[in-house]
Amino acid sequence: MAELKRFKKFRDVMSEVEKKGAAVYKNPVGTSDLVVLSPYNIKYIHSYAQDSDFFLGLAKGKLLGSECKNCHHRYATPRSHCMECGSETKWFRLPLQGKVHSWTTCYFGSEEFLKETPFNLALVEFEGVDTLLLSRLDGVKQDQAFIGMKVKAEFRKKPRYLISDVHFVPVGGKKTRR
Amino acid sequence: MATGRKVYVISGGVTKFAKAHPEMDFRLMVKRAYDYAMKDVPALKTSDIESSRISYFSDHFARQLKAASMVQDFLGLNPKDSRRIEWGGATGGQAIQAGWETVASGRNDVCLVAGFETMSHVRTWKGNEFIALASDTNFDYPVGGFYTGYYALMVQRHIYEYLRKRKFGRIKDELKAQHAATEEAKRIMAMVSVKNHVNALHNPYAQYPVKLTMKEAVGGEMIAWPLNRPSVCTMSDGAAVTILASEDVAYKYTDHPVLISGVGCGTDTMRLADRPHGKVPLFPWETAEYYADLEYPGVHSFRAGRTAALEAYKNAGIKDPKEELDFVELHDAYASSEIQTYEDIGLCRYGEGYDFVDLGSPFLKGMDYGLDLPRKGEMPVNPSGGLIACGHPVGATGIMQGVFAFWQLQGTIGKHFGNDRLQVRDAKRGLIHSHAGTGSSVTVTIMERA
Repeated sequence: MAELKRFKKFRDVMSEVEKKGAAVYKNPVGTSDLVVLSPYNIKYIHSYAQDSDFFLGLAKGKLLGSECKNCHHRYATPRSHCMECGSETKWFRLPLQGKVHSWTTCYFGSEEFLKETPFNLALVEFEGVDTLLLSRLDGVKQDQAFIGMKVKAEFRKKPRYLISDVHFVPVGGKKTRR
Repeated sequence: MATGRKVYVISGGVTKFAKAHPEMDFRLMVKRAYDYAMKDVPALKTSDIESSRISYFSDHFARQLKAASMVQDFLGLNPKDSRRIEWGGATGGQAIQAGWETVASGRNDVCLVAGFETMSHVRTWKGNEFIALASDTNFDYPVGGFYTGYYALMVQRHIYEYLRKRKFGRIKDELKAQHAATEEAKRIMAMVSVKNHVNALHNPYAQYPVKLTMKEAVGGEMIAWPLNRPSVCTMSDGAAVTILASEDVAYKYTDHPVLISGVGCGTDTMRLADRPHGKVPLFPWETAEYYADLEYPGVHSFRAGRTAALEAYKNAGIKDPKEELDFVELHDAYASSEIQTYEDIGLCRYGEGYDFVDLGSPFLKGMDYGLDLPRKGEMPVNPSGGLIACGHPVGATGIMQGVFAFWQLQGTIGKHFGNDRLQVRDAKRGLIHSHAGTGSSVTVTIMERA
């Protein structure tokens, strides 16, 4: 396809720009386009604010959910206020075992996670809890994962204070290391 | 009709969507689409345009804040009323509705709606990172940060709810049953990919026109199981504009304006994990009993899409979209979400989306797809090729759909595409659908021949 051929040429120019900082692209439309490298790095000072206890909990091997003080809706992913009635929630301990509500195996990903592919994502459901938790599902290959599979939480030994401090593995499966 | 004055589309223009347009920055891309639209209505002068609504999705891709102001500047529209519209993947659809609002309210008689995205400025996987920043950066992004992965999670549950439980309900072994259901879904999603790529062969604006075969579509490289490369849209550079006018002035500029007869908008939780498991908001032809066993929307369907369709149909006075619409241009960022969307907008009931494709309803009459399609042409969906084959320069995409729908309803596809293979014969009424953020934000707009 013409589009793919054209882009292949431009991709070569992108590589040259990454190496040398600038390159001129002889565009098939007849122009000469100057393309330059333009880096942009940021370090945010980010507060987990009202969700802080959840992340501190992960570091201690605890999974904390939110329960509405008024209507008792129970959230597996924390929210300080109930989306059903608007009331404040309180923390409760989530079970460390649940079931796969849905899952996938990612063969590509964002640049940051590309080196970790392939990896599994799962939405985990917990008995008596109204919403789900998104997590990595380790220790199982694509052809063995299924909806309804029983899974348990494992925690990172050295916390990074990220949601990825917890991941899930099949119940009865081999222990995975992080 | 919703409240307010009648609003018409009087012109439109689109740049060719491409992987990269290094010869044009975002301003020049919009200018090219704008000049095309202006040329199509020679009686309209720049001085007649009273306001603009300018859309682009990502400040990260643009690497330029206030880029909408720079478009306004470049087009020579200062010092008129303008604003930027951003709503994730539904940015373009929302921009059209923003333009509709300013004209319907009586504030302006003529409003320019313009959108663009320049996604070629970073590598594809960095681009995926930017897009994933439109998911919860505390709870979703750090787990894997990948939109194709999120949509894969959703379609996996959709397959489970409808194919595993119904079509493959007799298989007792859970793993075997789910594998069989997924293989069936992959085949049907491949049919959607074939349809959209083949349609795009006749659309000169499309990025990936290709005579895709079922073998290629099923066997494409896996991105996030079960979504493979042919079933996922790509990154693009592109721009699109449309011009809206009130009933008072529309006929001054064109003999063939197109009425925006209904607008609808819906929302849902940003995090997939938070989606409720409740009841289906029903269309008049559906019953609660039919969905008695279904927990809705969960992660399998888009409540925002259903909500937007309900509002738009009410405004447009549509009782049965299957009978009253002649075509649909919907947001098929993934072949899976095209199937899920048929059900949201009532082209079939929840659970019937796979059969809707398998029987051929959304395919175009008179087009050869190399498939046996008994109900071919019943309801053409994405005659343009959709996002999968046209490309998805986010801020332009929803406006592109609006322009293609406008040309369909004017009967001018032949004039603008250079061939009329994609012209839906005697199209009187169409639907455009714009969708963002795992279904957190959806617009539905009904357009009809005036």
